[in-house]
Amino acid sequence: MGPVNFRTYNEVKGDDRSRLVAQVTAQRERVARRLESVKRVVVVMSGKGGVGKSHIAATLGAGVASRPNQRVGVLDADLRSPTVAKLLEAHGPLAVTGEGVEPAVGRVGVRVVSTDLLLEESQPLRWREPQSERFVWRGVLESGALREFLSDVVWGPLDLLLVDLPPGADGSVDLKELVPNLVGAVVVTIPSEEARRSVARTMRSALEAGVPLLGIVENMSGYQCDECGTVRPLFKGTAGADLSSEFGVPLLARVPFTPITPDAPPSDGTAAELVEAFLGVLP
Amino acid sequence: MKFLCVDCDEQMGFEERQEPGDGTFGASFTCPRCGHKVAMLANPMETQLVGALGVQIGGRTLDEQPMELTRRSMIGRDDAFDDGAGTGPATVRWSTESEERLAKVPNFVRGMVKKIYVEWAAERGIREITPAVMDEARTDLGLEGM
Repeated sequence: MGPVNFRTYNEVKGDDRSRLVAQVTAQRERVARRLESVKRVVVVMSGKGGVGKSHIAATLGAGVASRPNQRVGVLDADLRSPTVAKLLEAHGPLAVTGEGVEPAVGRVGVRVVSTDLLLEESQPLRWREPQSERFVWRGVLESGALREFLSDVVWGPLDLLLVDLPPGADGSVDLKELVPNLVGAVVVTIPSEEARRSVARTMRSALEAGVPLLGIVENMSGYQCDECGTVRPLFKGTAGADLSSEFGVPLLARVPFTPITPDAPPSDGTAAELVEAFLGVLP
Repeated sequence: MKFLCVDCDEQMGFEERQEPGDGTFGASFTCPRCGHKVAMLANPMETQLVGALGVQIGGRTLDEQPMELTRRSMIGRDDAFDDGAGTGPATVRWSTESEERLAKVPNFVRGMVKKIYVEWAAERGIREITPAVMDEARTDLGLEGM
């Protein structure tokens, strides 16, 4: 028997019934349509975990929403370690309507969507069978869930949608593909040299993807005595100032660690300064 | 993806999809000239990968539901969603057997699944959802595991 001759995919002119590319394109269009009513989408990111990124995202969200005529949403894209809903005191269930899924409403009216509202208490993010080769498709599922958080949530008219990204270098790159009009990123670090190196990689990655860097927040920049208010060093290093200088990006605030209320937003004064600086760099 | 009948040099037409409930997926195609049929069989991983993209082989027959991929794939809390009255036209009723079957679907996704079945039945003028109707809709819509 000789070789079998047959036409290639592109030579067969008939319609591809599955139209998988068209289905994926339609998904992207749904995201774009949903975000038409959102003036600005800003990501809050860090290359390093445990720097208080979600804490800063919640502070910015609540702080901006406290201003007159500012409607704010926060999308918790840290699907595996969601904390923003609790920080913003947002609770489920999420109502499903003909328009989509209504977000929960948290402190000062901030609209919130997070896997924290979907998962059982203390249960990790898990997906249905099959359990084998999970590493292959887990990332695809997480990207799909994030896309649905953007496209299927009734965000409504918003002046600002903050996206709290998980730690790592690629979050802003992935989001830039979904949200072409992303206006920029706020980068959170702690003062240490280890954090600086990790966060620098993330900032480089964001710039390469075309995500503008709006500013840097140095969190836990000192230890604030709850009695006298004196701030003493907590970590060795000056990562915030160093990154600001290296990338030519403003250092928006240095936020001290306040031991008495670790889960609460920074003291009013610091939060107000941070929010003011943030609003100052928003395009 | 296209299927070509090599003997006839004709593109084969999509016939139907089958999801037997074991995580695998099948789709059959027929040559419009000679009637030759072939079946494409996907293993669980291939099936999951396609599902994870939120797309359907053979094309979508129903509009994507809000957070469809998340609700179908994530293991979530029972009270995460309040589907309220948004579960489709009230003109379609459920038989006792089909309600019992629906009750086995995790609550996290049940409201969405109910709405899909009701809309599918209403579009076809079906007044009562029975297990047989659910089977037919499941095959038609690709509702794996629902």
